[in-house]
Amino acid sequence: MSLTLDEVKHIAHLARLELSAEELELYRQQLSSILDHVAQLDELDTADVEPLTSVLAEQSELRVDEPGQALPLDKLLGNAPDTDRDQFKVPPILD
Amino acid sequence: MAEYEAVIGLETHIQLNTASKIFCSCKADSWDDGPNTNICPVCTGLPGVLPVTNKAVVEKATLLAAAMHADIPEESFFDRKNYFYPDLPKGYQISQYDMTLANGGYLDVPMPEGESRRVSIHKLHIEEDAGKTVHEKGRRLIDFNRCGVPLIEMVTNPDLHSADEAAQYLIRLRQLLRWLDVSEADMEKGHLRADANVSIRLKGEDVLNTKTEIKNVNSIEAVRAAIEKEIKRQTKAYEEGERIEAWTLNWDDNTQTLHKMRSKETEADYRYFREPDLLSVKIDDAWKDAILSGLPELPLERRQRFMADYELPEYDADILTGERALSEYFESAVKAYEGDAKRVSNWVMNDVLRIINETGTTPDALKLTPDYLAETIKLVDANTVNTSTGKTLLEKVENSDKSPGDIVKEEGLAQVSDTGAIREIVEGIIADNPDEVAKFKDGNQQLMGWFVGQVMQKTRGQADPKVASLLLNELLSE
Ligand SMILES: [Zn+2]
Repeated sequence: MSLTLDEVKHIAHLARLELSAEELELYRQQLSSILDHVAQLDELDTADVEPLTSVLAEQSELRVDEPGQALPLDKLLGNAPDTDRDQFKVPPILD
Repeated sequence: MAEYEAVIGLETHIQLNTASKIFCSCKADSWDDGPNTNICPVCTGLPGVLPVTNKAVVEKATLLAAAMHADIPEESFFDRKNYFYPDLPKGYQISQYDMTLANGGYLDVPMPEGESRRVSIHKLHIEEDAGKTVHEKGRRLIDFNRCGVPLIEMVTNPDLHSADEAAQYLIRLRQLLRWLDVSEADMEKGHLRADANVSIRLKGEDVLNTKTEIKNVNSIEAVRAAIEKEIKRQTKAYEEGERIEAWTLNWDDNTQTLHKMRSKETEADYRYFREPDLLSVKIDDAWKDAILSGLPELPLERRQRFMADYELPEYDADILTGERALSEYFESAVKAYEGDAKRVSNWVMNDVLRIINETGTTPDALKLTPDYLAETIKLVDANTVNTSTGKTLLEKVENSDKSPGDIVKEEGLAQVSDTGAIREIVEGIIADNPDEVAKFKDGNQQLMGWFVGQVMQKTRGQADPKVASLLLNELLSE
């Protein structure tokens, strides 16, 4: 399976990555070969096999609805590049 | 001019009123809290954390799904919806995509003209809310408190055909959410948010034309006004042969206008895949039965029953079932009264609701219990007190811890229907007011009201007005 350059550009855009022409071609080849590798699984006949999401048989453990301790504000904001009145401050976004 | 029909679908986001968030134990309601005070490594997407689903979210969502007559499969899955936005620190939202908590469903919405409109549900699933961002001086400030607050996304099919129908749907949905106690459903506080998809077509046609999406309609009035504006705009465009384009429109409530939002360069590409950090949600029969045992009679069913069983007008039934606690109050009072339900309805709608509004309390917290209301109406029926004393009595009960009967005894409120005592007072009034008596005898019948008023004044409101009128008629015609 071979990806087109436009598909790689689209994937790069979704990941907000800026790639050079050389990188686009390099990743096009690498991503295509990964897809080829995984595509080997298509050789198996899975028509009668239920899709599997997890190898764990049981269902999620659920949590009782009780509020607990929040993270101290200084700990969380300590990771922020910039803050203003206890809020994270980021550059404007262009959609 | 050709006749057009609007085709409207509503996408709603409903914040569940759980104590904690959907995947972590942070407090869910941050209305009174400062920014970033209810956050933790899970809801801010720090590396190495694992989400754990809140049981109450599944229960409340199941309750709502059942009330919407949806199918609830035994197993549903969480999926990742991937997109970049600063209010979403993980880079993805945990949502449900193809195997959701519920399938189908509908709400029958009564319309003001009497008939009802069945609004079918296209999609109902659980997901987490994102944070809040505000623009300030070319920057964005982010508050993550709302991150991970449990949401239900519920999308209707395009079954609504006017701005008013859309408003009615939201009014009934809000009523249902509060009735089930799954959401506070306060639109101003963002507990219930709606986007509207609007298109128009020639009446009688069965096509779906290009639709526009209206965002940021945060009150019932805004929904109505924005949709009305958009229907007018599209109708004009069609008349003038213009094409309707699939715009996203933002409603500005201050100027009551719609603005076209910048269109995204690329189509949304969310790359949904199963959430690897969570197993499926399984609701077996035993658990489902336990949840559904808490499903009350629904508001619209109770409304119909009040009309059928108690022979109430639709107007009364509608008001009395506006809120679950009020409908229960009314029904308890009817049982205690053991008489005409319409009489109880009048007292509840006129007097009890006034007391509720004035005191800002709820029906279940009134000191004026349904039993005390019934007792008061019986005191009026038995002529122990007259109607206006009965009304004052309700307020006295609400402001004390005493029963109506005790207050009547203590304050000597029992009305005077002793004919002899009232006759004496009437005779005194006639003797003291020769001018009015002369005018009355000259044919000014309206003065009768004035005479009754005099009797009530002299007896501090405790005379039986019927006895007073009878005696006045008798003595004035002598
Ligand atoms: Zn948290």
